Parts: sequence; C-alpha cells; structure tokens
Amino acid sequence: MMEIPLSWYLSLSGVLFSIGVMGVLFRSNLIVILMSVELMLNAVNLTLVAFSQYLGDVSGQILVIFVMSVAAAEAAIGLALVIAIFRNKLTVDINNINLFKH
Amino acid sequence: MFAETLFLGASLIAIVASVGMLVSRSPVRSALWLILTLIVIAGLYLTLQADFIAVIQVLVYAGAIMVLFLFVIMLLNLGEMPDLERVDFKKGVGFVLGVAVLTLLTYIGTTAALDFPASSSDPATTGTATAIAKSLFTQYALPFEMIGILLLLATIGAVMLAKRTFE
Amino acid sequence: MSQDLSQAFDTIWADLAGGASMVGLAIVGVGLIVWDIFNSNDTRIPWVAAFALLGTAVLEMFRLNEADTTAFFELIRVGGVASFINVIILGSSLVSVVLSVPYLRQIRHAYGEVYALVLFATAGMLMLGTANNMVTVFVGLETMSIALYILTGLVRHDEGAVESALKYFLLGAFSTGFFLFGIALIYGSTGTMYFTDMAAGYAVGDFKALFWAGVGLFLVGFLFKVSAVPFHMWTPDVYQGAPTTLVGYMSTASKAAAFAALVLVLFHGIGLVTPEAGGGNLQLVLALSALVTVVLGNLMALAQKNVKRMLAYSSIAHAGYVLIGLAAGTSSAYAGALYYLLIYAIMNLGAFGVMALLEWDGREGRLQTLDSLSGLAHRHPLLGVLMGVFMFSLTGFPPFGGFFGKIAVFAPAVEAGLTWLAIVGVLASVLSAGYYLRVVYVFWMRPESEGDPAVRDTTFAVSRVSAGVLTVCAVLLLVIGFMPFVRNLTQSFFNSGVLVLLL
Repeated sequence: MMEIPLSWYLSLSGVLFSIGVMGVLFRSNLIVILMSVELMLNAVNLTLVAFSQYLGDVSGQILVIFVMSVAAAEAAIGLALVIAIFRNKLTVDINNINLFKH
Repeated sequence: MFAETLFLGASLIAIVASVGMLVSRSPVRSALWLILTLIVIAGLYLTLQADFIAVIQVLVYAGAIMVLFLFVIMLLNLGEMPDLERVDFKKGVGFVLGVAVLTLLTYIGTTAALDFPASSSDPATTGTATAIAKSLFTQYALPFEMIGILLLLATIGAVMLAKRTFE
Repeated sequence: MSQDLSQAFDTIWADLAGGASMVGLAIVGVGLIVWDIFNSNDTRIPWVAAFALLGTAVLEMFRLNEADTTAFFELIRVGGVASFINVIILGSSLVSVVLSVPYLRQIRHAYGEVYALVLFATAGMLMLGTANNMVTVFVGLETMSIALYILTGLVRHDEGAVESALKYFLLGAFSTGFFLFGIALIYGSTGTMYFTDMAAGYAVGDFKALFWAGVGLFLVGFLFKVSAVPFHMWTPDVYQGAPTTLVGYMSTASKAAAFAALVLVLFHGIGLVTPEAGGGNLQLVLALSALVTVVLGNLMALAQKNVKRMLAYSSIAHAGYVLIGLAAGTSSAYAGALYYLLIYAIMNLGAFGVMALLEWDGREGRLQTLDSLSGLAHRHPLLGVLMGVFMFSLTGFPPFGGFFGKIAVFAPAVEAGLTWLAIVGVLASVLSAGYYLRVVYVFWMRPESEGDPAVRDTTFAVSRVSAGVLTVCAVLLLVIGFMPFVRNLTQSFFNSGVLVLLL
C-alpha cells in the first residue's frame, strides 16, 4: 500500500529539522526562534508518523498528539516570556538581552 | 509513480517555505511561510494515510498555535519596528552546504537498511481516529491526564508571566 | 494493543493505588488553584501542599519493600526502586515548599499559584522518574520543565529573573527537539516505546546505525536536563536569577527525576543492548561526559565570587559524579548513583536553604558575594554550623553523607575498569575543598568588619521552621552514612532486577 519509501520521509524530516536548528542558531528575533523550534518539533512528528505507519503500531501517533499539546503549551509560555521581556526592554532582539551576550 | 511525484512536489514546497521562514526579515512573513510548511506537512500525513493526525495538524498547528504567534506579533507591533534584523546570508550558505551533506548521509544511511518490510497490518487502520482514540484512552490514559495538567499549568504560567500586575 | 474498553478501565481503576502519589498530587494541585481563586494567596495553601507531599512521601516509604512492578499498562513502575526515587523527589519537594514559605513572603511573591505549580511539577517528576515508556518520559519531562520555566521567571519585575527564565526556556525547548528526535529514531529502529522491549526490538530489526544515532540525540536531551557539560550553559544564569529556595528545588528534585529515568532506561533498555560494536561507545561517551563535567564544573566553581553561582557550578560537578556511576554501568553502580542522588538532594537543599535565609534584603540574591557573608556565623552560630555541615558534606569529608555517596559511585567505577575516571573524581573532590571550605572560612574566620557595611548594619530574623528543617537535613547527613540498610536497599533493587529482565 505504501508506495513511497520510508527513507524519503526520514530525509525530508532531517532537512526540515536542520532548517529549524539553523533558525534557532542564526536568527536573533525571539519570535522567529520560537517558530523555528515549532518547525523542529514538526520535523520530529513527521518521522514519528512515518515510522508509526510503516511499523503498523499506533503508539508513534499517540506521541505525536502529546508533542502537539506540548508545543502549544511551549508556545504559550514562550510568547508570555517574550511579552514580559518586551515590556522591560522594548525589544525582541536576542542581541539586546544581557544573558545572551557572550 | 503518481505518489512519488506528489511527495516530491510537496517536500519541495515544504523546504522552500521553511527556508522562506528562515530568511524573511519580517516576523509576519516568517509566520506565514511557517503556516504554509505546516499545511504541506499535513498533506504529507495524508500520503501516509494518517488521516486523524493530518486533521489535527491543520486544526492545532496551523489553526491555533500559529494564530497565537501572529496575535503576539501584532500585539507587539513588530512589523513596524524600524530596525528589522539583518539576516547574515554568508553564514547561511555554509549551513546550507552542511544540511545538504547531512541529508545525503541520512539518505545513504537509511536507504540501505531501511526499506522496512511493509508491516502486516494495513496502514489505513492504524491512522484512523478510532485506532488512536482506543489506544489513547486505555493504554495511554495516564500520560493523557498528565497532559491535561500540563495545559492547565501552562495557562496559569502564561497569565503569571505576561500579566501586568499579578496578585 | 487495542483492548476491550471495560476491561481496560478496570485495569486503570485497579492501578490507581499504585500511582496514588502522582494522581493525588495532581488533584491536590488543581484543588489549590480553585481555592486560590476564591481566597487569593491564602496563607494556608502552602501548608496543604506540604501536607500532601508529606503524606505521599510517607506512603512511598511504606512501599519501599514491595516488589518492583509496573502499572497503567506498564507505563510506569511502582514499588521498590520506583518508591525510592519517589521518596527522593517528594522529600526534596517537601523541604523546598517548607523553606519557600518564609522566603517567598520575604521577597513579596507568596502567590498561592506557586505551590500548585510546585505540586504539578512534582507530579511530572514522579512520572519521569518512574517511567517505563518513552511517552511517559516525554510527558513527565515536559510537565516538569514547563513548570520550572514559569517558577524561574516568578520575580517578573526583575529583569534578571525574566531573562534567565527566557534563557532556560529557549535552550530547554531547543534540547527538547533533539530529545524527541532521539525518541523517534529509537522508536523506529526498535519498533517499541517500552524500555523493556528495546533490546529485543534492536536484535530483531536491522537499523543499528539509526538506533545509535537516536541514543545519541536522546542523551543530548537528558544531559541538558541534568546540566552536564557541554550542555550546562544555562545553569549558572538560571540558578542566579531564580528564587533561591526554588533553585534548591530544581537542582535536587528535577535532577533526581531525570537521572532516575536515565538509570531506568539504561538498566532496562539501552544498557541491555549488546551489539557487535557500539555498546562500548556508549560507556565511553558517558565516561567522557562525566570527565569534562566533573573537571569543568569544579574549575569554574573555584573562580566564582557569588555563592549562588558557585553552588550552580558545584551542582554541575555533582551531576558529573553521578555520571561516573552511570558510565560504570554495573548494577552496583546504578544502585550507587541512586544512593548518591539521595544524599546530594539532602545536602544541596541544605546549602540553598541557608543561602535563602541570608537574603534578608529581599534582593533575590544578587548581593550574595562571599564578602557580604563575612563573619555571619558569629551573629547566627546555628546558620554557621549548618552551612559548615553542608559544605563539608558536599566536599566529601568522612563522617558526613557526601563521603559515603562518593564511595558508592567511585567504587563500582573502579570495579568496572574505569579507574582513571574514579581517580579524576577523587582529585576533583580534593579540588572542590578549595571553594566549599572558603565559604566556611568566610562564615567563621573573617571578622564582620570586613563585610559590606550596608549589609553589616541590617538585622534579620531567621524563620524557626526553616532553621528546624535545615537542622533535620544536617542531622540526616551526619547519620545516613551509618545506616547501611539504605545502601543495601538501593543495591537490592538492582539485584532483584534480574527478574524484570526475564519478563
């Protein structure tokens, strides 16, 4: 039934994960960094669903549902912190935040 | 053949859109690119016959989480800030090469070993809402309840952190 | 595994007793939130939380001798080793809650929600520390982490606190990505989420490279949570910025939970995988990580002037000592690691507890330089004695618990052929005397006149309850080394563990 090889899905999710990692490392806008983390989690979800369907085992998709809930919670907390920072410093640029200057 | 073409087209869009998220100077554009990526990923779930996850992907990610992002961007009025960050493209080129190598390695490493013997059960049966719900409410009932606690505490935490004065 | 629904609900109902502490704490937490809505910041709320923690801790103590079994469709472990882990987590949470009551009032952040968040975080830790399945590991870990991000940013009007919460959050979310990718690859290559089925799944499948890549990514996520080098960058800033008693909480309870999960996954799952090549690599990776963690943690701690920051680097170094035990990988080493976690929890809670009592100026510890503490012991001899006990124990001097804990992890390492690592550990402990004893020296030997004059002239009261709890911790440290049954108990978990392997 599955016509597309599993390795294709894994490669795609590897690429998307790497793009997410790059976003976290290169961008200095806090909101874009949060979005990059979301992209990383999505890449993992793709891997999980692919494995789950090829193994014929549902627990991979269960984990995906939990990952989505956690992603929602993380987005809420992350954006709340961004708002708190913005209120203090009027910036969302990570280079203007003391603890990230090295 | 049709399935392969569909997959390749979808993954091309996903990669282009996520690179678009990476290099956009305006956060609103980044968010819109990311929404495109997420919707394409939902399409990929459909090619895997994971129907339920595909629907949830559109509802939760593209629908709820990204709206939250856009809402905060609008709230802070980031689009109109004078100093949009400069994205360093030179570093980017180096990393694109790195990603290319990584992908190649993943592909080589996996194709050899991994064309999974197709599982005995029909994938269409493990991707349905029935199959997932059955497992979620019996075998995984405990973590499911804990996720409820997690969402409650995230709500409280978001209020505590973001409210102007907290009592 | 689809099941008949009514039968499944019967199983869940029957297992509720096994998971009573986790479920109970979650329910009490929700209750406290509701209470706080109607009666905002009621002063009784923390005591209800403390009572719930005490009750569950006592319950788990009674279960220490029960057989180690699983509950909720084998998602978590109950009894035996799980109860021991739960006792460490619940005990540290209890001490932290009691110490937090006067401290949070002092810094004027005594919100009722804080205690509900602590209970939720503790429930997450119980799930993480006793997990037998990757799904429970993930859900427990995230419940704990998200609660800790919030608690770190509690003092919102203070820039440093929000920034350190943000740093913790960003790095934590980033590491979660790697951690999850690791879980996905392990799942794909073994076909199971259960620890106990992993070795069998690995043997059947043909995806060796994928499995080890997954283990590597999985370890990145864990090493981040226990703040091992090179994933420790967040620790000093977070520990300095967060409220002190809650730092004590996150440096003991969360670390114990994460390490316990790591012990269980190594003992029941990954550690059993005996590949043609690769098993040795895992030991080498853990050993190298332990080496750099111990060395770097101690060296950096030597250079610190702020006591809270020094204790942050010291907690990194102690994570390294536990990793030495995990690298050895024998059953006595795992037992030693759990024993070490217990003792570490007592002494680190004590050290942060004393520092919390010294924050009389309500400035969240930004003034806790060594100089400002000169001669404090003459004004508060009790605090001086307590700090002395905790510092000597953290160094590892013989009559105190820390010494016995270190023996418990170093001896199995020597037996497992990691003599070089044990020697580095011992040398690093000697080095650590340099900064721990400096605190004792400043407390007792330096005249008060050398301290900061602004600090010198303020008087401050020491909460009786806190002092009492800290004294109990200190006494425990003195006697625990002479209670061999505790050490034997940890050992028995892993001897009888053979039964579990056969299942």
